[in-house]
Amino acid sequence: MLPRFEYVKARGLTDALARLGPSGGQARLLAGGTDLLVDMRERRQAPPILIDISEVRELQEIRADGDAIRIGSGVTVGAVLADAAVGRAFPALTAACRSFADYLTRNKATIGGNLANASPGADLVVPLLALEASVVLAAAQRERTVPLGEFVLGPRQTALRPGELVREIVVPRRAPAGQAYEKLGLKHGGAIAVVSTAVLVSVANGACARVRIALGAVAPRPFRAEAAERALEGRRLDAEAAERAAGLAAEAASPITDVRGSAEYRRAMVVALVRRGLHAAWGHAAAA
Amino acid sequence: MTEATIEFKLNGEPVRLTVGVHETLLGVLRSRAAGPEAKSGCDRGDCGACAVAVDDVVVTSCLTLAVQVDGKRVTTVRGIGTPDRPHPLQAAFLAQGAAQCGICIPGMIMSLWGFLREHPRATRQEIREAISGNLCRCTGYRKIVDAAEAAARELAGVAS
Repeated sequence: MLPRFEYVKARGLTDALARLGPSGGQARLLAGGTDLLVDMRERRQAPPILIDISEVRELQEIRADGDAIRIGSGVTVGAVLADAAVGRAFPALTAACRSFADYLTRNKATIGGNLANASPGADLVVPLLALEASVVLAAAQRERTVPLGEFVLGPRQTALRPGELVREIVVPRRAPAGQAYEKLGLKHGGAIAVVSTAVLVSVANGACARVRIALGAVAPRPFRAEAAERALEGRRLDAEAAERAAGLAAEAASPITDVRGSAEYRRAMVVALVRRGLHAAWGHAAAA
Repeated sequence: MTEATIEFKLNGEPVRLTVGVHETLLGVLRSRAAGPEAKSGCDRGDCGACAVAVDDVVVTSCLTLAVQVDGKRVTTVRGIGTPDRPHPLQAAFLAQGAAQCGICIPGMIMSLWGFLREHPRATRQEIREAISGNLCRCTGYRKIVDAAEAAARELAGVAS
């Protein structure tokens, strides 16, 4: 059974923010509930107040324009997966959605929830970091935009201030790039990542122009392997360059040993997944 | 609020109940709304035995609060077909012998029902994706997937 709480259904974004601010940190937002309600059932959390934002329309749109695709925080992972514009522009994000949890969970879990929960292996944070996404944080009186790398700060820690919620995720359109995503888990479907990677490579004059390598589940938070990225800029991606960059990425990781695998295994898998991701992204860029 | 009176449709029939806000849809279906076909397997969103459709979106009812279905349509496996006019999924599961103990079956069928509405030409691999959130301890899944394939062909109007 769930512990007892007060329930409020937010009628819209303004209403949600008007209730969230004065709650003094006592309220939790209920969107999909696929993390929150499990935590509550297992008594890891017992918020006195739940504000249901699952029907707040302003949070449920995906808007595409020439500069970016803006995804409302309340959009389910299933809806992001099904979105054709996202699939064309950001195949790495679509791939992460496809391997996110399972079909039933994707129908409830939201992109905002995955980001705000800030698991070290948060599946959607990894491609969004490589895509240089930002989050728009809304409070009753103001909004601010924060790069995703400055939003997710550590395990279950974000830059959210009291009274703020994630309103939308902004994914900028940049020059076309090959994108690759891979998640290593102990099973297909319903798996927490052992390691996950998103790699983005744009090519100009036969060499890497922009390289982005994001890693999940191998550090306190998902992060970009910037030394590995810099090592490739201006270089052609051959086997040696890929190997060197993959090694730099593994050095930047700080994996732990847990039930899903040892730190040594994870570090070795960073090398393998980044190597594969670089070759795949380079290939996609070349084919474009 | 800590309790609320909700009104929803269960397989087309109106239901009106006063529920605690902490009660899940699964709990209310099983204990008060005559919907025991929604099964409780894990009560934490991992097994899919509780899957039902809410406004045609198939979800884990153990992680849905009862108050969240106020004004909505809830569909369980009883609502997609009858013994006289079974849904192609129900007919195929019977014809293929896809059930053993039967506990996972209502959730399996609801996941497939929802998925096939979205992906009418689902491949065998996509069908396996459809039931990625449904655990079965008996069958090894093969006959469930076979039955789903047969039903998908019929729903898509393809001769098998």
